[in-house]
Amino acid sequence: MAYLPLADQEQELHHPHSWVTKYVFSQDHKVIAIQYGSTALAVGLVALVLSMMMRMQLGFPETFSLIDPSSYYQAVTMHGMIMVVYLLTALFLGGFGNYLIPLMCGARDMVFPFLNMLSYWVYLLSVIILMISFFVPGGPTGAGWTLYPPQTSMIGTPGNDWGIVFMLLSLAVFIVAFTMGGLNYVTTVLQSRCRGLTMMRLPLAVWGIFVATVLGLFAFPALFVASVMMTFDTLLGTSFFMPAVMEAGQALDYNGGSPILFQHLFWFFGHPEVYIVALPVFGLVSDILSVHARKNIFGYRMMVWAIIAIGGLSFIVWAHHMYVSGMNPYFGFFFATTTLIIAVPTALKVYNWVLTLWEGDIRMNVPMFFAIGFIFTFIHGGLTGLFLGNVVIDLPLSDTYFVVAHFHMVMGVSPVLVLFAAVYHWFPLITGKMYNETMGKWHFWLTFLGAYAIYLPMHYLGFLGVPRRYYALGSTDFIPASAQALNTNITIAALIVGAAQLLFIINILMSLKNGKKAGKNPWGAASLEWQTEEVPPVHGNWGDKLPSVYRWAYDYSVPGAHADFIPQNTPEEEEPTIDEQHFDPDHDESKADI
Amino acid sequence: MSLVKQVTNKPWERKGIIGPLRPEGAFPVAQEKVALGFFLMVVGVIFSLFTVSYFIRMELPDWTPLAEPGQLWLNTGLLVISSILFQWTRNILKSGETRNLRTALLGGGLFAIAFVAGQLLVWSSLQAQGITVSSNPADSFFYVLTGLHGAHILGGLWVWSRTTIKLFSGAEPREIKLSVELCTVYWHALLLVWLIVFGIMANT
Repeated sequence: MAYLPLADQEQELHHPHSWVTKYVFSQDHKVIAIQYGSTALAVGLVALVLSMMMRMQLGFPETFSLIDPSSYYQAVTMHGMIMVVYLLTALFLGGFGNYLIPLMCGARDMVFPFLNMLSYWVYLLSVIILMISFFVPGGPTGAGWTLYPPQTSMIGTPGNDWGIVFMLLSLAVFIVAFTMGGLNYVTTVLQSRCRGLTMMRLPLAVWGIFVATVLGLFAFPALFVASVMMTFDTLLGTSFFMPAVMEAGQALDYNGGSPILFQHLFWFFGHPEVYIVALPVFGLVSDILSVHARKNIFGYRMMVWAIIAIGGLSFIVWAHHMYVSGMNPYFGFFFATTTLIIAVPTALKVYNWVLTLWEGDIRMNVPMFFAIGFIFTFIHGGLTGLFLGNVVIDLPLSDTYFVVAHFHMVMGVSPVLVLFAAVYHWFPLITGKMYNETMGKWHFWLTFLGAYAIYLPMHYLGFLGVPRRYYALGSTDFIPASAQALNTNITIAALIVGAAQLLFIINILMSLKNGKKAGKNPWGAASLEWQTEEVPPVHGNWGDKLPSVYRWAYDYSVPGAHADFIPQNTPEEEEPTIDEQHFDPDHDESKADI
Repeated sequence: MSLVKQVTNKPWERKGIIGPLRPEGAFPVAQEKVALGFFLMVVGVIFSLFTVSYFIRMELPDWTPLAEPGQLWLNTGLLVISSILFQWTRNILKSGETRNLRTALLGGGLFAIAFVAGQLLVWSSLQAQGITVSSNPADSFFYVLTGLHGAHILGGLWVWSRTTIKLFSGAEPREIKLSVELCTVYWHALLLVWLIVFGIMANT
């Protein structure tokens, strides 16, 4: 029997028949993407508000009584967990993954649309469970986002009875949702590419999302296993992780469990998680830089290999989060070495982004501002990672604000800048409207400069030895009064940055309503998602016939071509060229000004 | 084309339609099989991590090994038969000779149900002996591992029940071929997982 590729098979599309099946229980990947994205952004706003409350406390400890020590720890915990898992992971994979994979692969939809829909609703359920924990007796857990036992389950830690159970339950449900989505993304990329679209013709955005999904499929099980065992410890009195321990003068029933085992499991998930967020970011920003610099991405193959290498290495560095927990020095040496090695493919990517800009016909619009801003913040966050990867430097810095500054720069600010870059970049495709450029630029500068105003001083606080996780610093000999002044400044900057995000929301809402019509392919992008017949793409994406792909996704400023981009689905014979008989590559007018 | 060759080719030098209808890198099988392959890898990672945790935890002094009840050998036998029957069902569908199809498919599922029932019996007899989920870490692991494995079997039984209902409602054998193939691979994988888990627990 002749083999018919999936993309060319008559795929049964689940045509919506009512408003509910079109917008609520939709099986269309684009609607699901928007559902994922909006839910993630909404829950992200909760986390943002929590961070504002923490900053108010740290900046003005005597002035406000918004939160007490218990709710401070609850805010720290929920802020961290929401941002890492429920916002960034969900938005980049559930949101952008869902929207872009079928379009960039030239497919009509994900391979399992029903499972895809289910994935979103289960994700929503996990978010609801998490939000319910704010209202249970004792409130949400305040154990820190790492949920280390034994303190997680002991009195003195807020939410040690109900809160932690809801958190663990929510995480387990999230992992189920992610697995459903992840199987879809991986299978779609592998099996559902249109004719001619080889793996090495895929845009880097798809490569990043694809490898990140594979990482997620293999890393989230560690969190699942840890969550199951911790739930048993909390509810059923087992001692997987809980050691023999005294609580308020009373010996608890636990005996002999290993808290370090939990840490290993948690970080076996936790470190790849950094790259589950970062790899899609790397991919998306590569495409955005290339489109707006009107140049092919520099070193495409190296970029793909780097994504794969980083993905592989991310599984053998986890214990660098545990230097302070104590380990055999040879282990420390091993994990420090692997951690520093991961800097090689990462640095390679940074060089390639910069080289993509080199001599490009750069268009400084809002997505490009955010993308270039990301290169700055990622370099800074990455360099401090090199400090912390070394055991001897990590030990004194680990419990200080230096670490807070490091991970916020590298996996807070950097992915968020790309998130904005990506939303602005694909907004015309998703909505058919154009956003407000001026408001977007204000949003960028306030966010970008504000982020530096927040996190640069934090590095300095860390060097001073200011400990993290403290509700109030109090008076100590080694922390000068100026540190408090710095803390106040950081809070003011944080409030400004927080408020600036309103610009983004207003811009999106206003542009949705009154934005200028974007038209088809306003950026002149070569990748497939911009080549649909209708904008925004309709259900089924491609009209009667699926596209065929004749080239990679980066044919920008090709010598001899009339337009400065050639879409992936343009055959060679239709390539628009300058009069070929008279074309002399040494006297290419389009390059005259370089 | 090999994976290495694929990721080393230079996309900017290769223009035009490449390859046959099937794009390079796609597996020549149904997408459900690809997804099942990845899912089984996820399942493998979950059980591997539990196993690693088991070995780390058993080094600590409060560990008292559990004497696994003999009934587990019987249960293992039931699962082996179940797996064999699924393989038989698959072979029947492949050969096109569908005489024993219903018996084989029904039998495969029923033996799996018997396995789950057997595991529950083991649980209740252990409970009666005072061996509970929290009595000792070895006991805790026994309950967690058998419970998780049983939950996976139940998941498989859900797919099996849908397939069986479809067949008994008059569906053509070819209509259930893919489901049976998926079930067969899944059952073999879960049998393998069980043999490893049981082997480790029985020998430690």
